Amino acid sequence: MLLFSHLSHIYQQTYALKDLNLHLPQHTLTAIIGPNGAGKSTFLKIIAGLLKPTQGHFSCQSKLNLAYLPQQSSLDKTFPLTVKDVVAMGLWPQIGMIQSVTSSQNRALEQAIQTVGLKGLEHHNLHTLSGGQFQRLLFARMMVQDADILLLDEPFAAVDEPTTTDLLGLLKQWHHQGKTILAVMHNVNLVRQYFPHTLILAKEVVAYGPTASVLTRDSLLRAHLREGLG
Amino acid sequence: MNNIFLWCFSPFVEYLFMRRALVACMAIVLSSAPLGVILIQRRLSLMGEALSHGTLPGIAIAYLVVGMWLPALTLGGALAGLCVVMFSHFIAKRTILEEDASFSSFYMIALALGVLILSLKEGSIRLVHLLFGSVLAVDAPSLLFMALVSTVTILILMVIYRPLIYECFDPQFMQSLRLPSGVYNFIFLSLVVANLVAAYQALGTLMALGIMMVPAVTARLLSKRLTHIFLASIILALLASYVGLVFSYHFNWPSGPTIILVAGCFYILAILYTLGRG
Repeated sequence: MLLFSHLSHIYQQTYALKDLNLHLPQHTLTAIIGPNGAGKSTFLKIIAGLLKPTQGHFSCQSKLNLAYLPQQSSLDKTFPLTVKDVVAMGLWPQIGMIQSVTSSQNRALEQAIQTVGLKGLEHHNLHTLSGGQFQRLLFARMMVQDADILLLDEPFAAVDEPTTTDLLGLLKQWHHQGKTILAVMHNVNLVRQYFPHTLILAKEVVAYGPTASVLTRDSLLRAHLREGLG
Repeated sequence: MNNIFLWCFSPFVEYLFMRRALVACMAIVLSSAPLGVILIQRRLSLMGEALSHGTLPGIAIAYLVVGMWLPALTLGGALAGLCVVMFSHFIAKRTILEEDASFSSFYMIALALGVLILSLKEGSIRLVHLLFGSVLAVDAPSLLFMALVSTVTILILMVIYRPLIYECFDPQFMQSLRLPSGVYNFIFLSLVVANLVAAYQALGTLMALGIMMVPAVTARLLSKRLTHIFLASIILALLASYVGLVFSYHFNWPSGPTIILVAGCFYILAILYTLGRG
């Protein structure tokens, strides 16, 4: 369970998040939506430990074993690494700084690469990948990491439709395996289709609960959400 | 044929100081070229400048106080380099200046200060030697020091290689795993400082950074695989050291600039090759 009590985050003298009170149960698949500047990324970063709350606090019952998928645009795609190098980053919790990859871990790497549909591209450099392939790669890394809580910041921005469908299928599968998943989303139709729970943020919690009851015209308007109303 | 052979090898066969200079350069590039690769991947080349030029006032003050004693000069250089980096960082955080702007102004101030302090005690140490290196300055203790710095650097790099590269590619990934990324960064920068002060005797404070950066940049142009880039940077730096020393011997040029210019020729050739390939 993730618990937020009176949590605020202030960035450059303005509130990114204001007096957040919320508790998110485990084993849920939740979409986070809201207008630009609603604090969605800040919300994920506070859970991931990348940012500290300015006021209030965030806590969680069990020890946090989480994987964080950053916005694609925050990564340097000209970095001289191969597909397999990046997927192998997910092994860090198991092998740490100096251990080498065992043969069973190597099989797990190959399995993950195959699952996300990048088989044959193991030794390709990052700069040769399309936006969709790059996102598949990050999902493979997440799979290898095998965390209990997955945080995804706009995982389907700049990603083609077949990739989006494939990766949403993976999220669904991981959800069934009992993982807790939080994803910042833009496309409301995809949220309706795939996400059992939805959180609408606009610096504070506008609505949270089962998607069907949360995604009403009223709450969307309250969040000034204009994009993707469809 | 025989003449060319002689031209290439006789300086090292005949003179101990040339052999020392060659071994010194080879020792130091083994560790400083890989450091350069990581510096450019981390987009920290400007911090490299600040570190290297920042060492000069430290060396100068140490020289004024204790004279020509290697450990003191080295320590002074290292401390001053770290100070410049910390000051620039602090100023960039507290003012509207971007980090690159504050780095540039700080290393210029450090350089000016260093030159001024050295000129106060005129005649005893050749400023040119300090700035651009002198192969004659490489004696047995400084050779040992370089070999030591190089060995320790490579060993430490081996251990922290993985987190260093991961943090460079995706810092948020490392943070989300609750890893102390600042520690690796600090170790890395300390290694850079150690290599710069170790290299200044043969290459000079102005040129020490060159042997770190120029082969690394060239290697980055030529290869897209990280391991190949590391290898290529070391090979290019070794070649540049050797060719540079031969030229500096025969034409009586200062060793530092000659070595860097040879590395610079490789760089220009690599650019032409890359452009030609499209």
